Amino acid sequence: MNIENLEKILVEHPFLKDLPVDHIGTVVGCASNRVFAAGEFLSREGEQADQFFLLREGRVSLEVHSPNAGALRIETLTDGDVLGWSWIIEPYRWHFDARALTRVRAIALDGKCLRGKCDSDHELGWRLLRRFARVMEQRLQSTRLQLVDVYGRRKEPAREHA
Amino acid sequence: MESTPTVAAQVTDGRDDRRRQVVRRADLDSLVITLKARGFEVIAPVRRDGAIVLAAIDSLAALPRGWAADQEPGRYRLRPAAGGALFGPGPAATSCRAFLRPASERLFAARRSGSGFQVETDDPPVPRYAFVGIRACDLAAVARLDRVLKGDRFHDTAYQARRDAAFFAVVDCREPASTCFCASVGGGPVAAAGYDLRITEITEEGHRFLLEPGSAAGADILATLPGIPPDDATLRAAGRPAAPQARSLPADGLAGRLCAAAEHPRWQATAARCLACANCTMVCPTCFCTTVEDTSGLLPDQAARWRRADSCFTLGFSYIHGGSVRATIAARYRQWLLHKLATWHDQFGTTGCVGCGRCIAWCPAGIDITEEARAVAAAPG
Amino acid sequence: MPDTAPRGSSAVVVSPAAPRGGPDPMIPVPARILKVRRETHDTWTLEVGPVEGDLLPFAPGQFSMLYVLGVAELPISISGDPAETRRRVYTVRSVGAATAALVGQPEGECIGVRGPFGAPWPVEAARGRDLLLIAGGIGLAPLRPVLYHALAHRDDYGRVLVLYGARSPRDLLYRKELSQWGRERGVHVLTTVDYGGLRWTGNVGVVTTLFRRVPLDPGRTTAMVCGPEIMMRFVVGELETRGVGPDDIWLSMERNMKCGIGLCGHCQFGPMFVCRDGPVLPYRRLRPWVTRHEI
Repeated sequence: MNIENLEKILVEHPFLKDLPVDHIGTVVGCASNRVFAAGEFLSREGEQADQFFLLREGRVSLEVHSPNAGALRIETLTDGDVLGWSWIIEPYRWHFDARALTRVRAIALDGKCLRGKCDSDHELGWRLLRRFARVMEQRLQSTRLQLVDVYGRRKEPAREHA
Repeated sequence: MESTPTVAAQVTDGRDDRRRQVVRRADLDSLVITLKARGFEVIAPVRRDGAIVLAAIDSLAALPRGWAADQEPGRYRLRPAAGGALFGPGPAATSCRAFLRPASERLFAARRSGSGFQVETDDPPVPRYAFVGIRACDLAAVARLDRVLKGDRFHDTAYQARRDAAFFAVVDCREPASTCFCASVGGGPVAAAGYDLRITEITEEGHRFLLEPGSAAGADILATLPGIPPDDATLRAAGRPAAPQARSLPADGLAGRLCAAAEHPRWQATAARCLACANCTMVCPTCFCTTVEDTSGLLPDQAARWRRADSCFTLGFSYIHGGSVRATIAARYRQWLLHKLATWHDQFGTTGCVGCGRCIAWCPAGIDITEEARAVAAAPG
Repeated sequence: MPDTAPRGSSAVVVSPAAPRGGPDPMIPVPARILKVRRETHDTWTLEVGPVEGDLLPFAPGQFSMLYVLGVAELPISISGDPAETRRRVYTVRSVGAATAALVGQPEGECIGVRGPFGAPWPVEAARGRDLLLIAGGIGLAPLRPVLYHALAHRDDYGRVLVLYGARSPRDLLYRKELSQWGRERGVHVLTTVDYGGLRWTGNVGVVTTLFRRVPLDPGRTTAMVCGPEIMMRFVVGELETRGVGPDDIWLSMERNMKCGIGLCGHCQFGPMFVCRDGPVLPYRRLRPWVTRHEI
């Protein structure tokens, strides 16, 4: 895929919406097109996190593997989502497995390359970090609500009775 | 080990030729008679149920003379064999393992009594088996089981007793089955040590056997047989190299390469063929996994505990906390292969495989361990 | 072949269960249940004493195989004081038929005990260092003997830090002891739960959230971790991020066990027999295998 097509895809991806054109031009230098077959892993827990993905098409399962229960699904991601922020935060290791549930088309972004670019262009870094912060906040909120288990039957009374 | 080992090399390697004796076919029957007189149950290959298996015999007449087994992946057929040899090509379908480590053993019986419970252990007489006509791979397998079952802090005392009481008369394997690959793992086809008697069969110019003692017990038995020192023609015939083997295991650093390939896509491909039927673990002469089973008696407060043969291919083998660790067949096949060819080295210092090829013939899907090892260990293309 | 038996005689009788250098490790020794104490809604502590003779001494981290006549046998970590020679303590979570049978045995009844087996926590090698004990749920039980040992030999160790997490307040073990330990010199105990409920005023969050509250000297810390495997993996990630090396991190692993003595093959984890090379293993040995699936 040539640079022009990549740029077009980046511009249209929800994660990079409204990113200034010259920043898109910087980011595309670290981008490549990827396709994953169903069942392939985009990331494995513990491995070096040198890239992240802008998902274009398909569904990805974020999982953690348990010896007796198999893969425990934490979340599913799909078209328009971003996968992976461990490339920003030391020690740059994936914390979870990400497995393609269907055929997945994505743009892979080289984390090492982008870290370098953000080090020299702080405005780019700030804009990217704000986008990731919004995603992290959404995911954290969602996870917290999952933990509270709003559908479950309460084992303890929710509030004191008079 | 080279793929075409020569017996001749051992003739001139300093072994004491004076201890070797040539025994005629007619006189070899005394071997079985003497062993039985000494209290041994003689176990040898026989033809039964369409296969050549190890079983108790009363005389050499029970041996499958004139029969041989054609073995291919997933295929075993007996066919008539010309030549009149007493000991045919390749090992029997079963090995010493079934005798030295029976599939079912009672560990103890327990009975509740006033102040607790009493444990009673059995003290049956230990059977004394004399294995006649086993092959180098069978001997190598016994050495593997020795290392596992009596080589560390805890021993399988029942195995130890049966094995220490046993007598091994090994036969040089001159003609392999097509599934054999012992030469590439150092398990044969000629046994270098570990036997009481070594037998080389010669059919040209008079059916006779060159016998060599490997222990005081073997020399003792040999002394009772009418034999004469070997002449040069006999030594030449005995020294001919064994036929080459079609299969082999890759050698260099196989264990390390297999462990590094734990995520290889080949495991998934093989899992699609593997039925997890556990046949391979049942015929393998070095597989040692067991389970324990608790039973209750008909009367209250009585119980027993049994040790039973088990296989890592079963789903329940790795069960903990409500689920099995190796839930997929791919994981279970990988466990068997990695254990046999790789992690056995870490645990016991050698490979776990003796190259007998039984798992190849008896796999209903025809999965070939040498082919799988080669595919998984191959450098990424 | 080694000539161990006289040849030429009639059939030699050798007892298959005859001990060689000690009692047969596959035969259970009767032991009496002295006390059964309920710890939580699904966990009980059994105190067990010998019927005759003495109990074999154990090292922290080892386990016994506990046998309920005719029902089942289970590997259970020893959770008591290693200095206590007249009774043995086990904390058992009732999750199925076998564990239910074990915790259902009344006081005075006899069970069978084999062991102790397994490789213990490195309490000797950790002398002179800080101890960091990180437990999840029932995982505190195999670590408790380390605490007893460290408190009995207080001057042999630096700081003792205990980080303990459970699903909810009603799943926390040994709550009274935990607060007692926290009052000892140089001992810090922090607990947390995943779900707090209304009355809980303590920490809420997974156990890794406690790390930011403890000052760590990674060069002189020995970390001992026990809990669900996923929890242990994430704890190790935190430890490594904070500079604790793979030779100073020890995990207590768990796999299916049938014999407990390294002969039945069930407990293999890669090349390791969990009953014999473990259950306590250094992370350096575990690292190539822990993130692989279905090992």
